[in-house]
Amino acid sequence: MKDVKVLGPGCKRCVATADLVRAEAERLGIPVQLEKVTDYAEIARYGIAATPGLVIDGKVVHAGGLPKAEDLARWLAA
Amino acid sequence: MSLHLSAEHPRTPGAAAWIGGTVAAIVAWFAIYWQLESVSDWLVARLPIAPDGHLYEALQFFFFDTPKVLMLLALVVFLMGLVRSFFSPERTRAFLAGKREGLGNVAAATLGIVTPFCSCSAVPLFVGFVSAGVPLGVTFSFLIASPMINEVALGLLFALVGWQVALIYLVFGLAVAIVAGAVIGRLHLEGWLEPWVRALRAGAVDLPIDRLSAVERIHAGIEALRDIFGRVWLWLILGIAAGAFIHGFVPADMLRAVMGARHWWAVPAAVLIGVPIYSNAAGIIPVVTALLGKGAALGTVLAFMMAVTALSAPETIILRKVLSLRLIAVFVGVVTVGIMAVGFLFNALFT
Repeated sequence: MKDVKVLGPGCKRCVATADLVRAEAERLGIPVQLEKVTDYAEIARYGIAATPGLVIDGKVVHAGGLPKAEDLARWLAA
Repeated sequence: MSLHLSAEHPRTPGAAAWIGGTVAAIVAWFAIYWQLESVSDWLVARLPIAPDGHLYEALQFFFFDTPKVLMLLALVVFLMGLVRSFFSPERTRAFLAGKREGLGNVAAATLGIVTPFCSCSAVPLFVGFVSAGVPLGVTFSFLIASPMINEVALGLLFALVGWQVALIYLVFGLAVAIVAGAVIGRLHLEGWLEPWVRALRAGAVDLPIDRLSAVERIHAGIEALRDIFGRVWLWLILGIAAGAFIHGFVPADMLRAVMGARHWWAVPAAVLIGVPIYSNAAGIIPVVTALLGKGAALGTVLAFMMAVTALSAPETIILRKVLSLRLIAVFVGVVTVGIMAVGFLFNALFT
């Protein structure tokens, strides 16, 4: 079970990122627990400067803009 | 994305195909662009409207300017998308952290032009900068420059009004961002941040540095194109329609009387009107072009444009989450004064 957090105040791209994570996890058959972090203080604590950010198993892997599907697959499989 | 049946992602065409395709597209762009005026003249001449009337003039402006502006915008946004793929807010922050005021303000304003940043990210960016040790004034220089001097503003000014005005806008926009940020820094207003922001000492995250290939940078350009066009095309067409209206119907004498350099109050009035208006550069520049064509003073028009793009109600409301009202008032006040100074200076120098 991968613990995935999408950091973002709820902008269009944050929603798109969450959808992408769900789709990619399903495609790869990896069970994930997806959580959206919308609180600004909480987001800032991860040390990113642009949203959406992506945290997988407690590690920040991406910040700013939609992640690429290939990268996502790599991070989820790691 | 859920439609992929195989575990592998579909193979994309090779790098050579991408680069060749991009070059071909740019060549095609120039070929079409040079033919644009004759095609639009021909098209308007077919319409059942008497030539030389107000409506004819307005339509001609609309049918020539709409495709022209859309094409120029597409080219500039694509190229800037390529450039921006070399920068990221995290890298910019790492560079600015611990920089002293002064030089730091200059660097921040300059990086504000090329660092990809959307206003929906204003709060995370602000908090991310300040909590990682970027001085408050330096952060503000970035935050002021970024929306005011962007690829859309510079590209369109260059295309519609000329490179001189684009350069002037760039230099004075930078000056406003640098000076306003330096002033805010000098006032030492860190205590006016919202308490939770002050309490936060997050430090910066170490993101793996992504080395992008040429093809990925082309993708970034196309992505910027899609994104910006999706957001601004309607603004742009509305702006061009407003410009066409001014071009065809507003009497030049009247406009010159109000927005000309004769009255000292023209600049503050233009700024005060511009601050609450929320548009992006794409919507405002066709209007600016038409105003200039009718004899409005350059300083007044530039001040108007800076006020519209640099200060907006939505961004201020978002920033309220991290800044106290007093700090927002100082921010808006300092920037407004700076923009007015640019307007006055210009009207004084060039009349």
